[in-house]
Amino acid sequence: MKARYLLAAVAVAVAATPAMAQTPKRGGELKFAVSAEPPNYDCHANTSFAFIHPVRPHYNTLLKFDAPNYPKIVGDLAQSWTVSADGLTYTFKLHDGVKFHDGSAMTSADIKATYDRIRDPQPGVRSVRKAAYEDIAAIDTPDRLTVVVKLKKANASMLANFASPWDCVYSAAKLKEDPRFPERNILGTGPYTFVQHAAGSHWIGKRNDAYHVKGQPYLDSFRAIFISGASMVNALSAGEVLAEFRGHSPADRDRIVNTLKDQALVQETPWQCNLVVSFNTRKKPFDDQRVRKALSLAVDRWGGAEALQKIALVRHVGGLLRPGDGLATTAQELEKLPGFSRNVAASRTEARRLLKEAGHENLTFKLTNRNVAMPYTPVGVFLVDQWRQIGVTVQHEQLDTKLYIAAQSRDNPTYDAALDFNCDFMDEPNLQLIKYLSADRSPINYSGFTDRKLDELYDKQSGELDRAKRIALLRDFERHALEQAYTVPTIWWHRIIITNKKLKGWDITPSHYLNQDLADVWLDQ
Amino acid sequence: MLRYIVQRIALMIPTLFGVALLVFLMLRAMPGDITDVMFRSDGGNVPESVIAEERARLGLDLPIYVQFGKWMWGLLQGNLGVSMWTGQPVAYEIGIRLELSLQVAVMATLLAIVIAIPLGTLSALYKDRWIDHGIRVFSIAGLAVPSFWLGMIIILLLLTYFSWHPPLTFSRFTDDPVANLSQLIWPALAVGYRYSAVATRMMRSTILEVLQEDYIRTARSKGVFERLVIVRHALRNALLPVVTVIGLEFAFLIGGLVVTEQVFNLNGIGKLFVQAVTRGDHTLVQGLVLLVAVSFILINFLIDLMYAWLDPRIRYR
Repeated sequence: MKARYLLAAVAVAVAATPAMAQTPKRGGELKFAVSAEPPNYDCHANTSFAFIHPVRPHYNTLLKFDAPNYPKIVGDLAQSWTVSADGLTYTFKLHDGVKFHDGSAMTSADIKATYDRIRDPQPGVRSVRKAAYEDIAAIDTPDRLTVVVKLKKANASMLANFASPWDCVYSAAKLKEDPRFPERNILGTGPYTFVQHAAGSHWIGKRNDAYHVKGQPYLDSFRAIFISGASMVNALSAGEVLAEFRGHSPADRDRIVNTLKDQALVQETPWQCNLVVSFNTRKKPFDDQRVRKALSLAVDRWGGAEALQKIALVRHVGGLLRPGDGLATTAQELEKLPGFSRNVAASRTEARRLLKEAGHENLTFKLTNRNVAMPYTPVGVFLVDQWRQIGVTVQHEQLDTKLYIAAQSRDNPTYDAALDFNCDFMDEPNLQLIKYLSADRSPINYSGFTDRKLDELYDKQSGELDRAKRIALLRDFERHALEQAYTVPTIWWHRIIITNKKLKGWDITPSHYLNQDLADVWLDQ
Repeated sequence: MLRYIVQRIALMIPTLFGVALLVFLMLRAMPGDITDVMFRSDGGNVPESVIAEERARLGLDLPIYVQFGKWMWGLLQGNLGVSMWTGQPVAYEIGIRLELSLQVAVMATLLAIVIAIPLGTLSALYKDRWIDHGIRVFSIAGLAVPSFWLGMIIILLLLTYFSWHPPLTFSRFTDDPVANLSQLIWPALAVGYRYSAVATRMMRSTILEVLQEDYIRTARSKGVFERLVIVRHALRNALLPVVTVIGLEFAFLIGGLVVTEQVFNLNGIGKLFVQAVTRGDHTLVQGLVLLVAVSFILINFLIDLMYAWLDPRIRYR
C-alpha cells in the first residue's frame, strides 16, 4: 500500500509540475534500451519502432511533429512551407547549409530523390509506404532550396505525411550510384553520425558537429542497447539505461519507480495503438452481421477499461480514432454507438436477442490471439469472459507472432475471430481507417469483407479539406463500421514511459515512432 | 586408431544430412514465414505486392525441393547461407556470438568440474555421514532449481543489495578482463551450479560403485595408502561416466542457454536461436541446428577418445 502511495505521489508530482526551463548541458552518452533490433538500415523499408529508435537520430525528415505540442507540425529540413488554396500544391523552402555526414550539401534534389524512391521505388527497393504518396503527381525543384510537390487530388493527410518519421532524407548522389545504398549504410543529415552497430548487442551514434541547428545536439553520443523483458526492467531500475521509449506495463512502471524512487520520471498519454476484434467474415456464422454485432454489444468497454488499466497497458475507450484526438468521436457521442453504451445489461439483452434471431444462441468459437503478454493476454481473457456472459463459449488460442499472423492470412485464413491491432505514427483517419476498407483495397483487412459504402466514405473524407465536413463524414463512416461490426475496437492503449531524471528534454507523444531524433535531449549530470 | 577416426568422421556425414533434412522440412511445415514478421508484426499497412516481392527475393516462392537443393549446394561449398532477417551470412551471425557462448560454456564447465569432483568424491567417501547429507542436499537443490530462475535471483540480489547490474554489452576478455568477467561470471555461476549438481551425483555413485571393485580391495590389502587408492585407482576409473556427462552438458551449453542468455541479456547463440525461430529466419535456424548437431557429434567423438586415455584397456579399431 505504501508503495502505491509513493507511486501515486511521483506520478501526480510529474503531472502537476510544469516543465522547469533549464539550460541544456552538453556532453555525456545517453544509454537507452530497445527491445528488438532492425533487420536493415533503410527507413523506407521498415515498420518497427525497433528501427526508429536507433536509426532516426542519424536522419532528418522534411517536416516533423513538435513533440511537446503534438500534433503541431514544424519544419525539420524545411525552413518554411505553403499550401495552395486548392490543396494541390505544396511548396517547401529548405534550410541552407545543411550537410550530409560525408560533408556533401543537402539540396532540393535530395528531397526529390527521397520521395521519388518512396512513391516509385526502383526494382529491388522496398518501399512499404508508397500508398501514402499515390496522390503526388510530380515533384519539382525550381532551385536548390525549393521543392514543389503537386498532387493529383486533394489529400487531407498529405502535410502530416511529410512529417512521417519514416521518410528519412537520403543523398540523391548515393541513390543514383546504388538505389539500395541505405539498406546497409547510414548517411543522413541528422544530429548524430553513425559509429557502430554491434549485431544483437548495441548501436552507437556520436554528435554531428556540423548539424544545421546551432548548438544541437547536446549529447556527445547515444548508445541503444538491444535488451528486452525483465532484463530491460532490471537495467532501467539499476540506472544502467536511462530510458526505453516504447512503453511499459503498469506493473513494470511500479517496479521501476519503487527502485529508482525520486530518480524516476513518469510520463503517460493515450497511445496511438488499439486492439480490435476481427471476425472472419468468410466463415459462418461470422458472415452474419447480427452475430458480429451481438458479439460487439456484449463487450463492456467502459468497465473493461476501468479494470484492465490496473494490470495492462490499455485504458481508453474509443471508436475507430484515438480518443482525445480532435477528429475522434467524443465520449458522449460514442455512448450512442453499438457496443459503447454504458447500459451494458441492455446491450447484452439485445446481443442475446440477435444471436437467437440468427440461430446461434449457443455459439462456440475460437479467439486467436498473439502470445505477447502485454496487452494481448489480459484483453483476450477479458473478451472471453464478456462473451461468456451472453452464453457464448470461446476458446482462447494464443500463438507465436508468426503463426498468429499466418492464421489471419488473406489467402488461407484459419481463424474465427482474432484479436488484431492497429498502431500508427500519427492520428490520421487516412491511416487508421485503412483496416476498415474492403479487402481488395486494404492489405490489413484480415476480416475479408467488402463494403463499398465504407470505401466511398473513406475516399470522401480523405479528400475533404474542410474540417467540419470531414468530421461529419468520419462520423458516418464510424457509425456504419460499428453497425456492420466486421472489425470492432476494444480498448485503446495507454503509453507509459519511465525515464531516469538525468534525462532531460524528451517529451512523450501518443506514438512510439515520434520524437526520437534525440536532437533536444540532454543529460543533467 | 586412425581407421577408427576416419570411420567416425565418415559417419558424421549421413547424420548431419539427416539433421539438415529434418530441420528444413519441419521449419517449412509451419504456417507463415519471415515476411509476416518483418512487415506485419508492428503495425503499418504494407501492400501485398511489397510482401510478394520480398518473398521472391528471399526465394520463399520457390518449390521446397529447389530451396533445399540450393541450401545443400551451398553447404557443400561451405556456405551456410544468408540470414533472411539481416541479409548477413549465417556464419557471420553465428561467429560474432559464438565467442561469448563458448566462454560461458567453458567457465560453467570449469566451475562444475571444480565443484563436482571433490564434492562427489567426499560424498561417496563419507557415505551417510553429515558431510554426505550436506553435499546431497546441495546437489539435489542444484538439480531442482532451474538455471534461469537462479539467474534472476542473482540479478535481483545484486540490484537490491548492491544497486549494481552486470554490464549489458560484451567485452572480450583480452580487451577488458574486468568487464568481461563481471558480465559472464554470473551466468556461469547460475548454469555451472546445476551442471555441477548433475556431475556431483554421478561422481558420488560411480565412486561408490568403484570402491566395491576387487582391484580396490586388492590395493587396500597390499597396504597402499588410502589416498593413493582413491586418487590413483578409484578416481581415475570413476571419471569415465562423469566425463560423458560433462561432455554432453558442454555441448548442450553451446546452444542451449536460451533462457539464461535472455535473463542476463547475453548476445550469445541461445538468444540468437530464439530470435531466429520467432522471426521465422529459416536459414539462420538451419545453420544453428547444424552447429549444435556438429558440437554434439564432435564432443561425443572427443569423449570416446578420452576414454582410451583414462582407461588404457579400451582400444579402438
